[in-house]
Amino acid sequence: MTMVIQTALTIGGAGLACGGLLALAAKFLAVKEDPRIEEINGILPGANCGGCGYAGCAAYAEAVLLKGAPINLCAPGGAEVLGHLADITGETAKVAEHKVAIVLCGGDVSYAPRKFDYNGVADCRAAQATGGGDKSCSYGCLGYASCSHACPVGAIEMVNGIAKVHRDLCISCGSCIRTCPRHLIKMVPYARTIHVMCSSKDKGPVVKKACKVGCIGCTICTKLAENESIKMEGFLAVVDYDKELDNDAVIEKCPGKCIVRI
Amino acid sequence: MGFIKAKFNAPGGVHPAYHKDLAAEQPIAEMPLSASLVVSMSQHLGKPAAPTVKKGDSVLRGQVIGEAAGFISAAVHAPTSGTVKLVADVATAAGPRATAITIEPDGEDTWVEGITPCPDWHQQDKKEIVEKIAAAGITGMGGAGFPTHVKVSPPPDSEIDTLILNGAECEPYLTADYRLMLEKATEIWQGALIIAKALDAKTIYVAIEDNKPQAIAAMQEALPAEVGDAQVVALKTEYPQGAEKQQIFAVTGREVPAGGLPLNVGIVVENVGTTLAVWDAVVNGRPLTERVTTVTGGPVAKPGNVLARIGTSCADMVEFCGGTEGPVAKIISGGPMMGFAQADMSGPTTKTTSGLLLLDPTSVHAYESMPCISCGRCVGVCPMNLMPNELSQFLEAEDYETAEAYNVMDCIECGCCAFECPAHRPLVQHMRRGKAQVMLNRRKQAS
Amino acid sequence: MSDLAIVSSSPHAHSGSSVRRIMLDVIIALVPALLVSVYFFGWDALRLTLACVITCLAAEALSRKAMGRNLGIDDLSAVITGMLLAFNLPPTLPTWMAVVGSVFAIVICKQLFGGIGYNPFNPALAGRVMLLISFPVFMTRWSEWTLPSPLAMDAVTSATPLGLVKTTIGSTGALPFTFDGTTMLQLFVGNQNGCIGEVSAAALLLGGIYLLVRRCITWHIPVAYLATVAVFSGILWMHHPQQNLPPHFHLLSGGLMLGALFMATDMVTSPVTKRGMLVFGVGCGILTMLIRKWGGYPEGVSFAILLMNAITPLINRATRPRVFGAPKGGKKQS
Repeated sequence: MTMVIQTALTIGGAGLACGGLLALAAKFLAVKEDPRIEEINGILPGANCGGCGYAGCAAYAEAVLLKGAPINLCAPGGAEVLGHLADITGETAKVAEHKVAIVLCGGDVSYAPRKFDYNGVADCRAAQATGGGDKSCSYGCLGYASCSHACPVGAIEMVNGIAKVHRDLCISCGSCIRTCPRHLIKMVPYARTIHVMCSSKDKGPVVKKACKVGCIGCTICTKLAENESIKMEGFLAVVDYDKELDNDAVIEKCPGKCIVRI
Repeated sequence: MGFIKAKFNAPGGVHPAYHKDLAAEQPIAEMPLSASLVVSMSQHLGKPAAPTVKKGDSVLRGQVIGEAAGFISAAVHAPTSGTVKLVADVATAAGPRATAITIEPDGEDTWVEGITPCPDWHQQDKKEIVEKIAAAGITGMGGAGFPTHVKVSPPPDSEIDTLILNGAECEPYLTADYRLMLEKATEIWQGALIIAKALDAKTIYVAIEDNKPQAIAAMQEALPAEVGDAQVVALKTEYPQGAEKQQIFAVTGREVPAGGLPLNVGIVVENVGTTLAVWDAVVNGRPLTERVTTVTGGPVAKPGNVLARIGTSCADMVEFCGGTEGPVAKIISGGPMMGFAQADMSGPTTKTTSGLLLLDPTSVHAYESMPCISCGRCVGVCPMNLMPNELSQFLEAEDYETAEAYNVMDCIECGCCAFECPAHRPLVQHMRRGKAQVMLNRRKQAS
Repeated sequence: MSDLAIVSSSPHAHSGSSVRRIMLDVIIALVPALLVSVYFFGWDALRLTLACVITCLAAEALSRKAMGRNLGIDDLSAVITGMLLAFNLPPTLPTWMAVVGSVFAIVICKQLFGGIGYNPFNPALAGRVMLLISFPVFMTRWSEWTLPSPLAMDAVTSATPLGLVKTTIGSTGALPFTFDGTTMLQLFVGNQNGCIGEVSAAALLLGGIYLLVRRCITWHIPVAYLATVAVFSGILWMHHPQQNLPPHFHLLSGGLMLGALFMATDMVTSPVTKRGMLVFGVGCGILTMLIRKWGGYPEGVSFAILLMNAITPLINRATRPRVFGAPKGGKKQS
């Protein structure tokens, strides 16, 4: 019996002492934090996508309060989060335009063949660094899904060997843009639906050899498009997303079939 | 006086099948001019040269067609006389695109004016020697292509006491340096004396793997009487004895500090081919317009060591060696351990093309992405004492910070780890990507 | 294969080693021990080995399928797990227990951790220990064995040499038998009681030498392990020869040879650095002797190796080699 009591006292005593220590530690070692940081962190979407330029939502929350970061940087949060942030901080800011990512390449496996048999890490950056990438077109989507893996919300699907962004799932964080070694991904206004699905800066004959749906630099679309909403950049037609463009003629007349409506 | 055996041996190392017998007995054969030469502006480490000619210009052999664009850069010269047909971007052997000048030879092979031989190079002082090397556009011809004039003009506060000539040629298959040592031993020694003068180096070593006794004997025999402290050092045959830091350790026992340069320990290492080019530039006044490349591998009909103009296409070189017999599955610019696989044979040779290796389908090793089984072989063979097993796992998870903390930047990409890996993991590719990303992050942080 | 040239990162040469080849070598190295065990235990040895190997292969195939891993079972690692588990079972064990142990080893200890390369513990040993804890009676029921040089009691025993030593010293304070040349020879060739694969030190050594020659293992772990056991038991023996058996008894009895040559050297669960391997071997040796001398079980090899498996990542971290060119003796970067 004494043993039981002894044991109970020892263990109980040790427990009490430790508990007391923890309580004291919680009181004296507590890190004082602006409660609003926690509040903002709760409002932010929690995707930790890094699109705002800070290392995750908590870092952005802190930056908003302590470093005066603009409150409209959270693209995934949109107007709703901006409204809450405005209430908390008392600042005002315009809602950034709703943008979505798009992969400007339409040369899937049926259009653009491989020029060699790549054997290595299944990652676009690794493939790009090995013989310059195995795609026939040296500007096109390599199809090793680095952007898809980087997407925090799974909005990028690999279709027929090239990446496609599901525009309704995209939270416009820009993670994919940072991973693409060929800089094919652009952030474009959600409202815009006509795109030149090619990024090749090569001359027409080279493009034609590499891909069946590439921009050959014929300039027809630039003439058809209203107020220079499609411009030539070298041998590549590029949509100017600052200008209106809603003209099916550019799609129909494109000999490369690389202008599409999505 | 005989040669000495290396007293030291760097950590790690592997023993790949050497296959040197394919081309070792073939004397260097000069190749006729190709119908077209494509000369890249990015044949060296550092900034690409700036083209100084345009389409339609006629050029003479040895004429500068690309100017060094900065200190760490090198001039590029026309490999023969002819007409400039095209100035355009092409893919380099390593992958990235760079400007290249296509020259159609006129067949005359006329040298540019102003090539003045200077048989008694002793009259030239250090500055003149360095200038001549820079003017000749010489770069390291072993593989990395570091501009030689930069190497031979170390900062004033560093004291170089030793010059090592790298004749290890530890890459399997390659025999170009071996043939040079057999056929041009006297000239190489003269080149060494020239470089030693430029550096004020008192001691010269020629490091050769002990599986090349003939080269050791040839260099030993040609050892000039006028030189005081010079010796041929036989290295244990083990890959990568030709790697700079490992070779310095093997020969002298000095360890180049991590992240440092050989000059930090008072040493400069020059490849024997580079040394010969220096001799040619200083004594004959001729810029670098040609080099010896080993064309070899199972499918090559008559493997050999080819003296070809820079810019000769791989296909032409293979044709010169009797064409191919049987299927070719892999085309490699350089050796099998560190060379670059090519999509096809259209690419041109550069100052750094030490070999052109064709592999048949049975000799090609396929990488898989199997999980690491922690056998530790990569750790045992790493000549830098890294742990490629962990590093590759950090890099697979894109944890670049940890990889950097665990010294990924010290990786020399020699390939020993991937050579040994029983899980066939693409370890070197992980390292390359990791190093590139760490560099990118560092630059981002700096800006 | 397509007509296109293959492009990969360097190196383009390979040593020709493969995971499958390594596993095959280990299997080959285990064959002598298997033959000896069939000789001494007959059908039971074959029965248990087949049960474990077949169950392991089936469990591996099914769990890989269930977990969507696109790796086949042709890396042969499951065969080794099965063989090693069987080698660690007493000959009298019912087949269904061997099957349960195999499923536990493969599914719980290997595949749930991520499959080949990711398991922190040696699956065969974990399976064995699970069985030992769950079915202690069955796991310590041995066949009969005639002692060559008994000091007291019966000449026939149904205990292992180590078990006999433990119980006899516990009850009488004296050794059960003298360790002379005959006993040593018996232990060496395998005429003793024990798990089916551990009895013959000779056959295991033969396999171990094969593994060394084939470069599947390095000398570091076995030598460090065996040397530590020899030194530890040697000190005990010299200190008190009446109560302790000499080092060569410890080296030849129980699962030590099997453990030191085949289990502690398991690549996945042992350190990758040479120094780490030495530390690992020494740790296994000390733990084994601590358990043999003072522990509740007569044999401690399984527990010793599993405990050292647990700290393998720490050993790897602590024995990271000095990067070539890094300052000597200086603090390594963490």
